Amino acid sequence: MQGALSIRGARKVYDAKTAKVVALDSIDLDIAAGEFCAVVGPSGCGKTTLLNAIAGFDTLSRGDITLDGQSLASANASAPPDASRIVVFQNGALFPWRTVLWNVACGPIMQRRLTAVQANQQAMELLARVGLQDSANKFPGELSGGQRRRVEIVRALINEPKVLLLDEPFRALDALTKSVMQEYLIELLTYVPKTVFFITHDLEEAIFLGDKVVVFSSRPARIRQSVTIDIPKPRRHEILTSPRFLEIKAMLSGAIHEEALRAFTVGERELA
Amino acid sequence: MAKDARVQVETAPRSDGAGKLTAHARYRPILLQVFQGVVGLGIFFLLWYLLVDCFGVWRFKQLPHLVSSVREFLSRNPTYGVSLFTAEYYRHLWASIQRVAIAFVTAVTCGTSLGIALAWNRWFRAAVFPLLELARPIPILAWIPLVITLSPSRPASVIILTFLAAFFITTLNTMLGVRSIDEVYFRAARSLGFSDFAILRHIVIPGALPHIFVGLQIAMAACWFSLVASEIVAGTAGLGYKVWEAYYYVQFDTMTIMMATLGLCGYLSSMLVRRIGKALMSWREEMLGGLS
Repeated sequence: MQGALSIRGARKVYDAKTAKVVALDSIDLDIAAGEFCAVVGPSGCGKTTLLNAIAGFDTLSRGDITLDGQSLASANASAPPDASRIVVFQNGALFPWRTVLWNVACGPIMQRRLTAVQANQQAMELLARVGLQDSANKFPGELSGGQRRRVEIVRALINEPKVLLLDEPFRALDALTKSVMQEYLIELLTYVPKTVFFITHDLEEAIFLGDKVVVFSSRPARIRQSVTIDIPKPRRHEILTSPRFLEIKAMLSGAIHEEALRAFTVGERELA
Repeated sequence: MAKDARVQVETAPRSDGAGKLTAHARYRPILLQVFQGVVGLGIFFLLWYLLVDCFGVWRFKQLPHLVSSVREFLSRNPTYGVSLFTAEYYRHLWASIQRVAIAFVTAVTCGTSLGIALAWNRWFRAAVFPLLELARPIPILAWIPLVITLSPSRPASVIILTFLAAFFITTLNTMLGVRSIDEVYFRAARSLGFSDFAILRHIVIPGALPHIFVGLQIAMAACWFSLVASEIVAGTAGLGYKVWEAYYYVQFDTMTIMMATLGLCGYLSSMLVRRIGKALMSWREEMLGGLS
């Protein structure tokens, strides 16, 4: 399986008008092929900055990122975005002027990897897997928030990315929809395993989904703690109250609370 | 009016204000709307009849009578030679429609292309936008002498003036429309492997369409405005030309007929633009319908 992501000494300095802002500082992180890495940290600590560098939307000031040995980003240079690493954005990026089916099928067609017929067929199969086969010809605006998130994850997976980059994908959802979405995500990843880089604010979500949970410090972001979650997969929501889950949560929540408090006192805001 | 139109360009909705109004209006029963419209028109014509025809209050007595205007319009043998049954009427009507159509289509083609180019390329924008911003506020009436000097013929100068009015509005609205598209769609498209052309076709154009159509509606109104202004000054035929000629020869009934025709043309052409816009942007209707 492909998709081993390696981040070495990543540093990012924004040249703001008043002062230089260090968003990331000496981040070393290895994510094995097929591993689910959940990143938790206070608002504005630089999680999205790192994700943008992996995706090719932004550059690093120092350090290297490689995917299966190939360079994605080095100092002030990055490989342009492509289908090897697909982002599911915080606020959603389905094209509202195209149908759900078009949104899902467009990637492989644009990359000339599949014909329109094949792409549509595959898109329908994936949509059926998340229970949205009847919504294929609707516009994204006609769907609920949870349905749109499902479409967006399916749109990412149909491109067979080596890495799936999820930037707080469930942030805007209510707690019930969120737990359903988590189960859909687990099911989809069992069907098509992927390396996942998952950003979240929610520690429970991180432990529930992750093979590994990484806690970022407040800005400049450094890795404060990295824990391998040894709860066997597939996980179901019952484990949220299991002793091992609570033990891990207790182990991590102290560090997170401390970082959140530090970010709060200096009044951190989202950067980009 | 052209000045008003410009103000509206700058306050064009950034997101989807215009769409909300249509979505709201959809749920009002059609018959009630028609009835309310008829009542409004009825009051207007009644006032006209009372103030002008019956009592001739104050200076209103100088104005064309409602009854004689209507009679003239429907007459097979009109006093001043222009009615629904004369070739003269259709000659002027056709001349004006033709000019607006040519000017509008050309303005839309040039304006949207230039608007997209301005939004797309920073260097191009830096070079061209200041020039555009200087030329745009010049009222269309001030362009008339220059354009007449430049044009090979008088009808051509009318078309060019009509084109100018629509061109600036379309260009600016298209540029604003493209720049209002959320960056996230471009990022998503790049990741999904879209080529530049595919981004133009599937992101830039549909994303800017709501703004473009707001611009087109205003541009259409501006077209009729500058058509009449330039026909009065430089025309040899056309509705605007005839309005002024009728005034000149004190054929007030003909003047009324031509004004009413202009009103109707403006209304129908705006409706046409709105209908086309609605058909092209069904996704917005669906979205708004789903939310309300």
